[in-house]
Amino acid sequence: MPGTGRPRNRGPVIEVDELTKRYGPTTAVRELSFTVRPGHVTGFLGPNGAGKTTTLRMLLGLVAPTDGSATISGHTFRRHARGLRHVGALLDANDVHGGRSARAHLRTLARSNRIPASRVEEVLTEVGLTGAAARRRVGGYSLGMKQRLGIATALLGDPPVLLFDEPLNGLDPEGVLWVRSLFRKLAAEGRTVFVSSHLMSEMENTADQLIVIGKGELIAAESLTDFAARGTAPTVTVRTPDAGALAAVLASEGAVVASEGAEMLRVTGVAAARVGELAHEHHFLLRELTTEHASLEAAFMELTAHSVEYLAGDSR
Amino acid sequence: MTTVALTVPAPRFTDLLAAEWLKLRSLRSTYWAIGVSTLVVIAVNANAARADYVNYPHYNNVTRDQFANTALFDAFTNGAAMILVLTAASVGAVTVVGEYATGLVRTTFAAVPDRRALMSAKAAVVTAVMTVYGAVVASASFAASQAILSGRGVGLSISYPGALRVVVASALLAPVSALVGMAMGALIRHSATTMVLATGLLLLLPIFVTERYHWTACVRNALPFNAWDRLVQVNYGHMPYRLAERYPTTVTGAWTVFAVWAAVAAVVTVVAVDRRDV
Repeated sequence: MPGTGRPRNRGPVIEVDELTKRYGPTTAVRELSFTVRPGHVTGFLGPNGAGKTTTLRMLLGLVAPTDGSATISGHTFRRHARGLRHVGALLDANDVHGGRSARAHLRTLARSNRIPASRVEEVLTEVGLTGAAARRRVGGYSLGMKQRLGIATALLGDPPVLLFDEPLNGLDPEGVLWVRSLFRKLAAEGRTVFVSSHLMSEMENTADQLIVIGKGELIAAESLTDFAARGTAPTVTVRTPDAGALAAVLASEGAVVASEGAEMLRVTGVAAARVGELAHEHHFLLRELTTEHASLEAAFMELTAHSVEYLAGDSR
Repeated sequence: MTTVALTVPAPRFTDLLAAEWLKLRSLRSTYWAIGVSTLVVIAVNANAARADYVNYPHYNNVTRDQFANTALFDAFTNGAAMILVLTAASVGAVTVVGEYATGLVRTTFAAVPDRRALMSAKAAVVTAVMTVYGAVVASASFAASQAILSGRGVGLSISYPGALRVVVASALLAPVSALVGMAMGALIRHSATTMVLATGLLLLLPIFVTERYHWTACVRNALPFNAWDRLVQVNYGHMPYRLAERYPTTVTGAWTVFAVWAAVAAVVTVVAVDRRDV
């Protein structure tokens, strides 16, 4: 039921199966398989050059796969005569003609899909491109305004599936907050929202499901919480004047203890609560007891360390 | 968010035609290209007529006796035809290359996955607009040039044998060139290269290919600009001060050249875009 935003079943909507794309000797995407379900914001993560954009282009039939398949709601996208009511997409905010106004750009797209011109005004209002901004030629837009126009394009057909490639690039903080709440709203309406990014921090507050790829291959496909748990184990920081004695007690409990300065210990392998209990039993004075959870960013860096395509000189 | 429609309406080709028409007329460059070129083409032809008007008292009897040839030459000069070809080929090429160069093509094909239908609509709109442009400049040029020559009593009416053919051939040279520009754009997808090669194919090749050998004459006669040249020579083979062709061609042959170039270019435009990644 395209157009309603509420598919009947909750099964996967986007299905990528053994998808491969080769450009001569280079393999951009290699036997990639994953699914994306409706009702969630799914993040599509990977370092630069991981194959995210190529995968999204294959989903939209812009690039033909060398092997495998990519379907949306059970169909390859190119089988549709018109696309906007099936899938809304923002692939690159610069994929517009600089000589047209935002309104003219949207009107041509709307007309080709038999979408009324009134809908153009609705989406322009929704993304905040009203008045003079809608009449201005897109060539003079900032990247943030172009992103807004791209989001308006994706929303035009009120589609049940939305694809966004790096939509937060160039947006101001207010814009980032707006986009996050928009994505969550779209997902809450039962739509499938698939958003790519090369920055984990962007996904942290946006997505609840993650597909992580590196060098064209799948690295992880799971919920954000599961993904975070993959990273380094939590570290407990303890500050106490009895550092040496507490370290011995903790070591006998099987913890790995590293001392940092005279009063500071960094403990792994034992939960903070247990550290507190042990300190209490042995009458040690604690000045600080905190748990540092591994950041998503760290988990992401760790997982993709081997698949980063472009490394700056220092990190080579 | 409001829900616009619960069902997906059946796709209509007319929607694509309307969208491509909107696209073409929402760009300022379209107006500039067509507007300036219209004025220049008419001015060039009118100026040729003005020159003949001024020089007429000095012409010898041969020229005066066969002045209809000159009057029809002034109705649409070679120079004007070259400007028309350049304009039409650019407008045609830009409708395709403009999409690729800006990246708009991805947005377009995400909205209309049926690329063949989209490119057919684009070709149809470009053909229609360029036919109107060609008809306007050819008719206005004929009217202006003959009105000027009427001052010497040697202006022709459109009912003069062959006059209508001059106007129609000149008008149709525009859509043929535009379709060739589109096809080149679809194959090359790069702005500058497309324009250089389209100009080379449409304007330079007709000059460089001689009619010395039978095969080169065949190539020459098969080029659209030379087909136009054949069509506007009402007394082909019997023109004063002009050598008769060694391997002459026919009016039917020239019309066929127009039709074949237009048809092949349209097919190339649709097929080349359909097959390749964007």
